[in-house]
Amino acid sequence: MPATSNHPTERGQRSPQAAPAPATLRISGLRKSYGDNEVVRGLSLVARAGQITAVLGPNGAGKTTTIECCEGLRAPDGGQITLFESVAPGSPEARSRVGVMLQDGGLPSSVRSIDMLRHVAKLYLAPWDIEDLVERLGIESFAKTQVRRLSGGQRQRLSLAAALVGRPELVFLDEPSAGMDPQSRHAVWELIRSLRDGGTAVVLTTHMMDEAESLSDQVYIVDHGQVIAQGSPAELTSSGDVALTFECDTPVEVPALESALSSTLGTPYTVTSPRPLRFKVSGDITPAAVASLAAWLNEHGVMLTHLTSGSATLEDVFLDLTGRTLR
Amino acid sequence: MTISMPTTPASASDPATATASVPAPTARRILAQSLFEVKAILRNGEQLMVALFIPLGLLVMLATTNLIEINTGDWERLDFLVPGVMAMAIMSGAFTSQAIATAFDRRNGVLRFLATTPLGRSGMLWAKVAAVFSVALIQLAAVAALAAALGWRVSLAHLVVALPAVVLGVAAFTGFALFLAGTLRAEGVLAIANILLIVLVVAGGIVAPADQLPAALGAVAQFLPSGALGDAMRAALIDGKFAVLPLAILAAWSVFFAALTAKTFKWQS
Repeated sequence: MPATSNHPTERGQRSPQAAPAPATLRISGLRKSYGDNEVVRGLSLVARAGQITAVLGPNGAGKTTTIECCEGLRAPDGGQITLFESVAPGSPEARSRVGVMLQDGGLPSSVRSIDMLRHVAKLYLAPWDIEDLVERLGIESFAKTQVRRLSGGQRQRLSLAAALVGRPELVFLDEPSAGMDPQSRHAVWELIRSLRDGGTAVVLTTHMMDEAESLSDQVYIVDHGQVIAQGSPAELTSSGDVALTFECDTPVEVPALESALSSTLGTPYTVTSPRPLRFKVSGDITPAAVASLAAWLNEHGVMLTHLTSGSATLEDVFLDLTGRTLR
Repeated sequence: MTISMPTTPASASDPATATASVPAPTARRILAQSLFEVKAILRNGEQLMVALFIPLGLLVMLATTNLIEINTGDWERLDFLVPGVMAMAIMSGAFTSQAIATAFDRRNGVLRFLATTPLGRSGMLWAKVAAVFSVALIQLAAVAALAAALGWRVSLAHLVVALPAVVLGVAAFTGFALFLAGTLRAEGVLAIANILLIVLVVAGGIVAPADQLPAALGAVAQFLPSGALGDAMRAALIDGKFAVLPLAILAAWSVFFAALTAKTFKWQS
């Protein structure tokens, strides 16, 4: 089962390593409404130094509101947020130790990229070396371009640079790789990982499964303003529900496959199709089950293009928990 | 699935290593931000046009042609016009240019981003104050230099007497600018700030004094920030006098807009 819990903080402290890293961010029972619309309903979360914590959830789940409360941009209606064990969000100390990348960028439109970055650096006594940051994020190519003429991905990289230039101990990244091409995404992921390895606490929101899965140490799945599951990606996906997931080149008749497997192996199997040409076989997954599946596909002239056994993907877990309906 | 990636351990000197981040001293942050804002205005073509070239162009046009009829009384035409053009420059810089700049910064999330940095909201406010006064000084110096080239002469004493009018004029118009920028959509602010500039130049008693406007309009105009600033500047630079009523009107507008802005300003659009 995914690690569902009403007490995420307690569970978070029971990490596999001996002594847990100190809690750089601790949210407990956060509540926030806009008018009658309660968007955050008792959300609790812990982020630690040297870890990447992903807040994953569908649009409107309350991710951005939660992060904005932590940044001091919004006043919570209830609950508590503590940074560095004793610092209040938005206080002068918090503002000097926390880096923020907003979802809408926060960049003035008429200045050149490099001038914006240099300006933000002046707000700190020992900022990150601009040249180095520019190189790591591939900003050279548009350093002298006005912000208004940047592409979405370039803008995101500049916002990220502005969030990091003060060398913060805690960074909030609201959908950091939205609108980026694959090359930029990997450069950004690489930088985020090196921050983590350097001891920074990284908190990012995303609705991209691959981003959460490949980057984060801890994932909080949020829906309707609450944490509905949490754990490492491995914990979340190693559910008791072991299954065979396969993809193939032609459609498979689900009921026929189901009854063939069940009768051949003498134990019930269920087959579902989460999306076209992708199927999930649940039941007693044994070497014989894999062989029977392959034999059946062979008889029906279906070519297997992908097969995994065991844990579900984070996407499966996410969709199981948050539902498949569009909103 | 594996999430840890093989990366070389970060050395202590690696910028990616978390260290206690230290903010620059408060005064230096505010200075940096105000310089950044002044430069942004001086480097932006449209802003420069509104804040500098329109007042300078207006001065040249009024001083060298008779296209617009203004009764300069017993005064030299230039002596009568320059204070009004200076007042108009203050209005275009502190109001129109500032309203547009702040509205777009708000729409683009710049205000929210800066609120999370060591600068913070109070730092932003002080930097804004420093920036609008710096821009006003640059504008007034440019108008004075052009006027001098056209033959205008003024005594230092009269300039000193004009200071309260300049300060209160900048305060009232900046307050108005921030009120609009903090409540309306950026595109709306762009339109209103430009239209109001034209309306107030023509009918606000700023270059052509309120007492020369049609009676009903003039009665209103002298109580507007534009009319009061025009009158106060003329009293100071022509007669070397503090115009008590216009200065009181400007002070009242300053307090009114400051209170209104504090109550209504929204950090995000």
